[in-house]
Amino acid sequence: MASEISQAIAAGILGGCVYALMAAGLTLIFGVLDIINVAQGILVVLGAYLSYVLSVHLHLDLLVGLLITVPAMFIIGVAIYWLFIRPLRGAERTSMTLLACFAVALIIEGVLYREFGANYVSLSAWYTTATVHIFDFYLADIYLIGFGLAVVAVAALYFILYRTTFGRAVRATMQNQVAARLIGIDVNRVSAVTFGIGTAVTAIGGMVYGAISGGFTPNSGYDLISRLLAIVILAGMGSIGGALVAAVFMTTVEAVVDIWQPDWSVAVFYLAMVIILTFRPTGLFGRRAARAQ
Amino acid sequence: MTGMRRWHMPDRGLPLAGVAVLIAVVAVFPLVFTNPTATNFGVITLVFVTVASAWNLFSGFSGYLSLGHAVFYGTGAYFLVVAARDWNLDGIAVFWLLPLAGAVAALIAVPLGLVALRVRRHTFVVITIAFFFIAQLSASNLKVTGGSSGLLVPVPNWASATYNNPFYYVGMLLAVGTVALSVLVRRSRFGLQLRAIRDDEDRAAGLGVRAMPVKLSALVLSAFITGMAGALWVYFIAEAYPQFVFDPLFDLAVVLMAFFGGLGTVAGPVLGALVLEPTQLWLNLQPNNSYLSEILFGVLFLVVILFLPRGVLPTAAEYANSEWARKLALRLPLRRGQAAATDGTGTAAAPAGSETAGTAR
Repeated sequence: MASEISQAIAAGILGGCVYALMAAGLTLIFGVLDIINVAQGILVVLGAYLSYVLSVHLHLDLLVGLLITVPAMFIIGVAIYWLFIRPLRGAERTSMTLLACFAVALIIEGVLYREFGANYVSLSAWYTTATVHIFDFYLADIYLIGFGLAVVAVAALYFILYRTTFGRAVRATMQNQVAARLIGIDVNRVSAVTFGIGTAVTAIGGMVYGAISGGFTPNSGYDLISRLLAIVILAGMGSIGGALVAAVFMTTVEAVVDIWQPDWSVAVFYLAMVIILTFRPTGLFGRRAARAQ
Repeated sequence: MTGMRRWHMPDRGLPLAGVAVLIAVVAVFPLVFTNPTATNFGVITLVFVTVASAWNLFSGFSGYLSLGHAVFYGTGAYFLVVAARDWNLDGIAVFWLLPLAGAVAALIAVPLGLVALRVRRHTFVVITIAFFFIAQLSASNLKVTGGSSGLLVPVPNWASATYNNPFYYVGMLLAVGTVALSVLVRRSRFGLQLRAIRDDEDRAAGLGVRAMPVKLSALVLSAFITGMAGALWVYFIAEAYPQFVFDPLFDLAVVLMAFFGGLGTVAGPVLGALVLEPTQLWLNLQPNNSYLSEILFGVLFLVVILFLPRGVLPTAAEYANSEWARKLALRLPLRRGQAAATDGTGTAAAPAGSETAGTAR
């Protein structure tokens, strides 16, 4: 039992970092553009399918495939922003952008069904089956690789945000869009690139998710987005650090609950969210007032 | 300002005679088109007219977009299935469960509303999505719902030629009642309070609107109707599986219907449901094309959001309105100009008047 729990905690923490990466993309997009990209879940699945196509048809290693899928997802993100988000203005923008993202998600899901059908597929490579012995349990190598990738990607995200001119423009836009415009920041460009970056992380997230989830279908997007939304709401919208903490915490708790209650473990996500919001509507680390109109 | 105009326009497009004709057409539809496929479409469409109007009654009027109305729909549906089984009801008697199913859904809406209505905008939407997933998860795992293997509803032994008709007329009763209720709410003080909350909740509260009870009442009312519609729907299709009773596409379809016709208007959601639901049912009948309705729904959604963000009806009304306004503008300044000219007193007024008349021409 003790080893089961410690194994669940290890898998939860390592897997949680992957969720943290996907949630960081979601919360970054929210912080800069003030929209909730509900398509993030299906974009992760799309990233997973891209990796799948590359590895099955072109026999590319999953990690090498990332060199193609990350830029591809970046371009898809920029395109989504430019075509469907940018034109939306006015008082209804908040709900309109959310629905636009949902519409994009539906289209992507439909196209994935058309191309791949409803059968479960999963990503495999030598490191998805090989295991490593830690303390008194075994863990698939992919967990460590996913953890490493997530750490590198989040570090890169932080580097871009806090050590580059572009990052300064992004943070300025996050703080005050009008003022950012006034000092000469091209807010449209910043927004497009941010949406692209927030989407590009789903390529990495999708690859790891496809390898550790034990199979996915076009329908998996719903499961993913509900977890991601719970994470970012729990953390407080727009807080990247908060998303990291919340993601690791939630997946770990879920993995531990899963030992006793496999049917209900997902409910931990939602219950935690509802309880937190009842007492603290801005989320745990929220800087913005979620109540503000 | 645009908010105010939106509320008043569509009523003009709803003259009483037109409504009477529409109701008459709906009433004789199953007598003319006796084909079961046609009446089948009719029943489901009426269910969606009801649900879209009920959704609009809360979300359209208050501005709180709910993507979790499937919770109330599914609660009503499962209540009917379980109650009909446990109380050994069949045939027409099952229809008496509809108000009870609505009441159960309304009861569920109270705690959900008390939690969700504390937050606004995105966070509210996301919480309603979370409630939806909790409901779906519960339906798949609880014993009372039969888990993922689902439950069957006893099929009434009615003559197959007119089998759909009882469902159809109950559906019509629900649809007409809901639309009538929407009209009443919109014209009431309660409706005005909801729209004030929609336009600016803080200011409305400052003017003495007790926001929480108002929002919660609207949600509970909406949930009550949605629960009844869900119960009727599940009795009609005669089976209950978690993935169909709690379907994320349901939420989106309802929102799209309201947006398509015109969010916050009475006639908009009705139009949206009348156009979109038969289209979707028809697409689902096409072989091997289950993904097609999803793609089409998504594309349609984007088209509406990008090009008709206020919906078909308000846009059309605005177009008609501006035509009318232009014609009026042609006359009005003329009269003023003539008045100024005959007056001959105000030197400043005369050139101003003639200038307006000139530009209007």
